[in-house]
Amino acid sequence: MSGADFVPLSLTPLLIGIFAAIACALPGNFLVLRRQALIGDAISHVVLPGIVVAFLLTGMIAAWPMMLGAAGAALVAVALIEAIRRLGRIEPGAAMGVIFTTMFAGGVLLLEQTDTSSVHLDVEHALYGNLESLIWLDATGWSSLLDPQALAYLPPELPRMAVTLLVVSLFTWLLWRPLKLSTFDEGFARTMGVRTGLLGLALVVMAALAAVAAFDAVGSIIVIAMFICPPAAARLMSNRLEAQICWSIVFATLSAVLGYVIAGYGPLWLGLEDAVSAAGMIATVSGLILGVTAVAGPCRTRSGAPSEG
Amino acid sequence: MLDLVRTRSPEEEIVASPMAIRGLTVSYGQKPAVFSVDMTVQPGAMTAIIGPNGAGKSTLLKAALGVIKPLSGRVTVYGKPLAAQRARIAYVPQRASVDWDFPTRVRDVVIMGLYRELGLLRRVKPRHVERTMDCLARVGMTDFADRQIGQLSGGQQQRVFLARALAQEADLYLLDEPFAGVDAATEKAIIGVLKALKDEGKTVVAVHHDLATVVDYFDRVFLINTRKVAEGSVGDAFTAETLQAAYGGRLATAQIDQISRALG
Amino acid sequence: MLWQALTLQLGYNATLVALGAALLGVSSGVTGTFLFLRKRALVSDAISHATLPGVALAFMVMVALGGEGRNLPGLLVGSALSAWAGLLCVTWLTRHTRLAEDAAIGAVLSVFFGLGVVLLTVIQTMGTGKQAGLEGFLLGSTAGMLQTDALIIAVGGALALACIVLLRRPMTLVAFDPEYAQSRGLPVARIDLAMMGLVMAVTVIGLKIVGLILIVALLIIPAVTGRFWTDRSDRVALLAGLFGGLAGYLGAAISAVAPNLPTGPIIVLASFAFFVVSFILAPGRGVLAELFRYLRFQRRVHIRQGLLALAQGQPIYEPLTLRLLKHAGLARADGVATGKGRAHAAKALRDEKRWEVLRADHAHEAAASHYDGLRDIETVLTPDQIAEIDRRIGPPRQVVQ
Repeated sequence: MSGADFVPLSLTPLLIGIFAAIACALPGNFLVLRRQALIGDAISHVVLPGIVVAFLLTGMIAAWPMMLGAAGAALVAVALIEAIRRLGRIEPGAAMGVIFTTMFAGGVLLLEQTDTSSVHLDVEHALYGNLESLIWLDATGWSSLLDPQALAYLPPELPRMAVTLLVVSLFTWLLWRPLKLSTFDEGFARTMGVRTGLLGLALVVMAALAAVAAFDAVGSIIVIAMFICPPAAARLMSNRLEAQICWSIVFATLSAVLGYVIAGYGPLWLGLEDAVSAAGMIATVSGLILGVTAVAGPCRTRSGAPSEG
Repeated sequence: MLDLVRTRSPEEEIVASPMAIRGLTVSYGQKPAVFSVDMTVQPGAMTAIIGPNGAGKSTLLKAALGVIKPLSGRVTVYGKPLAAQRARIAYVPQRASVDWDFPTRVRDVVIMGLYRELGLLRRVKPRHVERTMDCLARVGMTDFADRQIGQLSGGQQQRVFLARALAQEADLYLLDEPFAGVDAATEKAIIGVLKALKDEGKTVVAVHHDLATVVDYFDRVFLINTRKVAEGSVGDAFTAETLQAAYGGRLATAQIDQISRALG
Repeated sequence: MLWQALTLQLGYNATLVALGAALLGVSSGVTGTFLFLRKRALVSDAISHATLPGVALAFMVMVALGGEGRNLPGLLVGSALSAWAGLLCVTWLTRHTRLAEDAAIGAVLSVFFGLGVVLLTVIQTMGTGKQAGLEGFLLGSTAGMLQTDALIIAVGGALALACIVLLRRPMTLVAFDPEYAQSRGLPVARIDLAMMGLVMAVTVIGLKIVGLILIVALLIIPAVTGRFWTDRSDRVALLAGLFGGLAGYLGAAISAVAPNLPTGPIIVLASFAFFVVSFILAPGRGVLAELFRYLRFQRRVHIRQGLLALAQGQPIYEPLTLRLLKHAGLARADGVATGKGRAHAAKALRDEKRWEVLRADHAHEAAASHYDGLRDIETVLTPDQIAEIDRRIGPPRQVVQ
């Protein structure tokens, strides 16, 4: 394919997909190891009420208020889940189930009650995203990458996703040791002076940031696939956390690239006319990768010693 | 009891102790697991915390370390608040408290003991690696340095945890049931390491469940059953009466007789 | 209008939908209780999201066979099949790999949903307008529902409820204590399977009304709500059924009146309202009750500790203890006991001594197990027994400052 086609139509969605997948997979590794994988599920469901409230408050569809609204909703959700878990002594799974469904229902209701006919905001979009639409029409080919005028018209989602990935990567790199320590042995970490509660919250905030940024591109449900599938598949590939992180990045990238390509060109190869949902296909591919590692991954089974020594 | 033998004021006692606990109460729900306990750890000694199942032994240790939050009480470490003295404490949690399926190697676990020194980003230098390997050698686990932790036996897991504590180079070592479910060789290795620590002048406190080995392993005992029952040297505080008081009906008379005989 | 809806006077269809939603709410509340007590509440999330590809595939198959794509029974069969496949995937992943159940649930729900979205876009390209009916399965829609559809839902809800009534005893046993149930010779695996089958049935029946994203709320929220009121599992199930049924009925009735209030979200919010009230006000495990209990408990602990310290002439370190003692008139601000304080302290110390004797005595083992540092000895021993213990301790001593 020539640059003249590829750069304007495929380069930006592809990059956004890759960045989103990696930004979600990084915190996802720790969530999976901490048995908190479904926090990702909860966060991505509450993104919808977050942006709806932000829209109602500001009256416009702008990136920053909506991201703030979604991040705020994620924090509210986590706080409520913790409150129900601790004060009501309800197991975390059920506490999550209560909160994210209610908040999602509230979001849908608000959306239906609001006149959003003038703006592009609907439930389906929130659920599936629209990766294919993030194209860069001002590009004419590879040379546009150096052309400031064309670069000025990059879809804003791309720099936003890139910054998010940067922040998430920095967080993981900077807090690597305490994250690893407290994920493995929380009690010991506390005696070392690690503020484990705060660190856990920071991890959730990072996951929320990734979810909110990625949400625009891939929709809220499919963000969950990015949180869980690449790290879960990576867990079955290696017995070292460092290697697991690397595998998860590889799998996230692979899912994004393959998913995008298959969604865009697969139907054409099959003789159909229209492309299918790229976000859905990315989730599907990540699931297939997980399936392959679950059947053939070198470290797929538990290796824990019998509990009696 | 008359106070004639007491040569130090309460405050002096607290300052001199590696770990002094005053009025510690911890409760899960509405029933205190530990009620109003005072404990004064003696420097340079090996102390066993003993009591029946569910008597609050581990809870006492965890609350003293700030792993769980007490309802009331004050803990000082070498006379200062715990938060300022973290570097002087090493903790060996119960083996079963972590998921051994975690993706990491033995040597990485031991390096975790260096966290306070390494901080967030300082590089692991050859001397750190050397220290790690040295600690593994002290518990006889050198050959396992590159093993995945999930492949270890229970005794080996316990040794790795001890090596991690050794890497902390602390003054006070607190161990939660270090001999629970380990093989005889590991038990011997662990007690060897602990005695060596004591010879270096370090202080050791361990939650212990095997009454038969108390006399051989420890200098001092702390008997607990929700409340403190007795505290003192093995000779003074580990007697048929104190055991009866701590265990109540739960300890067979034959067991107590046996221990009394062992004590001579 | 609302009154008419609530009293089922808004036409045949609306009545059927309201009854169906109520039956669905009862069934899902009860089924969800078993799931919740088994600590597997979110498995239902995987099951419900996994219905989407089945719905889409059933649509495509029916169209390919030349039929009507939106045939509800056909779509429901498809959704049940793919939900079952999703459940199998969760089970397989947790059993045969090192992944924990939460990761398996998350992976299955997102991947199946992703696949469903892909298939929906395929349907979109098959021909125009045909997809409209399928979108309704995401969030539920009762507007323009066919009479046969409403009938299917009402009958389905009734059938699910009948199955629950039949299976309630073994399911309660398994949810409460699976090992005991196994030892009693109950086929635990099969009962678990039946429970999952019911979860699936509830999900499938609820697809049209509540939608696949929110059906999980009906399985979880009423069960959690019921839990606040009682510790007995059979009562939790009954209460959950009641709350679920009310929420379903109210939700369906309200949305029948106002067409732009979608049924699913209204039902979820109604059940959440019950939850909030129970969470705060329930006398057993509600937050307010817990808070009062905790404060009272904390006060007792501090006063008792303070009294013992006073009795033994030890300094009181905790400011809260001192404040509480002062407030109760037991000590002065400088930590010196008042007359009343000395009397109470002497009693506390004596009680401690009594407990000590009691706990060291084989004969009192049952009474000794009540010791928690706070309990009055009078509540476990008769005055005669206390007098006997006192003889062993010796005469009371005065607490001196």
